[in-house]
Amino acid sequence: MGSKFMAWIDDRFPATQLWKEHISEYYAPKNFNFWYFFGSLALFVLVNQLLTGIWLAMFFKPSAAEAFSSVEYIMRDVEWGWLIRYMHSTGASLFFIVVYLHMFRALLYGSYRQPRELLWIFGCLIYLVLMAEAFLGYVLPWGNMSYWGAQVIISLFGAIPGIGETLTTWIKGDFILADATLNRFFALHVVALPFVLVGLVIAHIMALHHVGSNNPDGIEIKKLKGEDGIPKDGIPFHPYYTVKDIFGTGVFLILFAAIVFFAPTFGGYFLEAPNFTPASQVVTPEHIVPVWYFTPFYAMLRAVPDKLGGVIIMGSAVLIMFVLPWLDRSAVKSVRYKGWIFKTALGIFAVSFVFLGYLGTQPPGEWRTIAARVGTIAYFLFFLLMPVYSKLDKTKPVPERVTE
Amino acid sequence: MMRRQLVGYFWVGLVSMLSLLAAPSAVLASGGAAVPFEFTPNQGNEASLQRGAKLFMNYCSGCHTLQYMRYQRISEDLNIPTEKMEKNLMFTRGIIHDQITGTMPEKSADWFGTMPPDLTLVARWHPNGADWLYSFLLSFYLDDKTGTGVNNLVMENTAMPHVLWPLQGYQKLPESDGDHGEEAGGHGAAKPEFEIVQAGSMDEQEYRRAVGDIVNFLVYVGEPAKMVRYSLGKKVIAFLLLFTLLAWLLKREYWRDVH
Repeated sequence: MGSKFMAWIDDRFPATQLWKEHISEYYAPKNFNFWYFFGSLALFVLVNQLLTGIWLAMFFKPSAAEAFSSVEYIMRDVEWGWLIRYMHSTGASLFFIVVYLHMFRALLYGSYRQPRELLWIFGCLIYLVLMAEAFLGYVLPWGNMSYWGAQVIISLFGAIPGIGETLTTWIKGDFILADATLNRFFALHVVALPFVLVGLVIAHIMALHHVGSNNPDGIEIKKLKGEDGIPKDGIPFHPYYTVKDIFGTGVFLILFAAIVFFAPTFGGYFLEAPNFTPASQVVTPEHIVPVWYFTPFYAMLRAVPDKLGGVIIMGSAVLIMFVLPWLDRSAVKSVRYKGWIFKTALGIFAVSFVFLGYLGTQPPGEWRTIAARVGTIAYFLFFLLMPVYSKLDKTKPVPERVTE
Repeated sequence: MMRRQLVGYFWVGLVSMLSLLAAPSAVLASGGAAVPFEFTPNQGNEASLQRGAKLFMNYCSGCHTLQYMRYQRISEDLNIPTEKMEKNLMFTRGIIHDQITGTMPEKSADWFGTMPPDLTLVARWHPNGADWLYSFLLSFYLDDKTGTGVNNLVMENTAMPHVLWPLQGYQKLPESDGDHGEEAGGHGAAKPEFEIVQAGSMDEQEYRRAVGDIVNFLVYVGEPAKMVRYSLGKKVIAFLLLFTLLAWLLKREYWRDVH
């Protein structure tokens, strides 16, 4: 009965074929470690954001007059509204934590390298869209930090010579940041960008399943297949990695619930204190800083004395990631077989990024501006010098088969 | 071994990142005006919350609204019977389902130079809301240079008169303390030594308790969900621990044939 039903479906839609190709007969290397949880977790958080977002949109009012009070309405009068809202706001921050760790994994094991260049580029695009999506969503509650944060970020477009001023007016839909802006940000946040995001995620996964997953050894498991045509070091994604990812998701959910229930503002980093006052055109928050996940780039922006220069540096910091696959000239993919030069470079890069993130949360001045400049230079040198140091670096021989 | 090392690096990284995040919050907190007193709110102390509600309605709600909060919610959360609530704590003509909107006309902005702010979220918009509110209400002192005859250490030249004077009385700053203690900021402000000039109906200890009750109430009003958040959270996490344990056992079972 069941098989007859599936045959009927399969004649009309490749259900079984899709299941096999992407789940039950997708062979993933058997040596995935801890770092390989973050891809599935990112997908999990995306679903969380979509679902909680839909429910928030049922009660949120995208108008300057009502937005702030509708959020408080959700927090107080909507059944479980506070939980849905905290899941969405905490999810936004954890999305970035998970995505940053996922990207760092790619840096560790060279997952961006041939033949995974497009996979990496889709990933970079996802990150770019995610930043836009997060920014737009951050503006919606129409708190005072939302308002002034948006003011600062939109004004960056004003630095573009010639068209800058016109461009900011066009983005705002008004001469000041107002109702029209909020309304269009809502449309982009809940309709346009989620579509793009989901589309890019599908492309990302299709590219992954086409070329196959990398692994901590940076070995192409497809090169060594058994007589059955199955990679010797591969195991089917389902059930092995589905059960493993369920476990990973469980651990993640404990962390997630701990924040949602016990520290939803996370000391003012996930929800900032000034955002509990409604947007005001006359009163500015004491320190206008973006949410923590933007602060590394914000520190770079402020490190440059010239506004246009700062915008260019900030933009380049994101765009330079796209060309990474062509900068790495090392003979091996994984950090396990790379030499001390690459390891040092990666270490400095990671420390500078986190340190820039810290500096971005602080008011500028004193030693901090100098430190931000040093951090910015370190960040860019990791990429710009990579063609040289990755070639100079002494690598170790890569084994035939995956280890562990 | 490699794997264990990497997991180790990860945790070291995560912990150092989180400590970096925690550090600046202390800096930001002391960034504003000096907050001389500390107060830890206790949402489990129902008697305190009830007293706070009563004090708020009697002394604050004449000027300040709680526009996102409904009378009924307070009555339910703080176990105040509807009848009592309507009779003793509602001074407007509204019904119990109404939000606590005020009685102040728009033009009151002219009376104080500013409209008294809505206080629903006052405990949340200051980085350490409870400390700030507690200190603010304890720090009114006589100052004949202002229109209201009082000034405040925490919020200099506040437009708010010392509404709680019938309880606290009036206090002044001793001469030696200079104009105000704000310079004392930096590493935790020095506790100002006030001197009571005219006694109120409460002694210092009673007054501090009353202020604590108001702050407790305002912290509750800032986030009524807090009443359920903690207890629900414990249950959710207990479930997730069990779920994750089972998921781990399942994973181990499946992976036997891989290793």
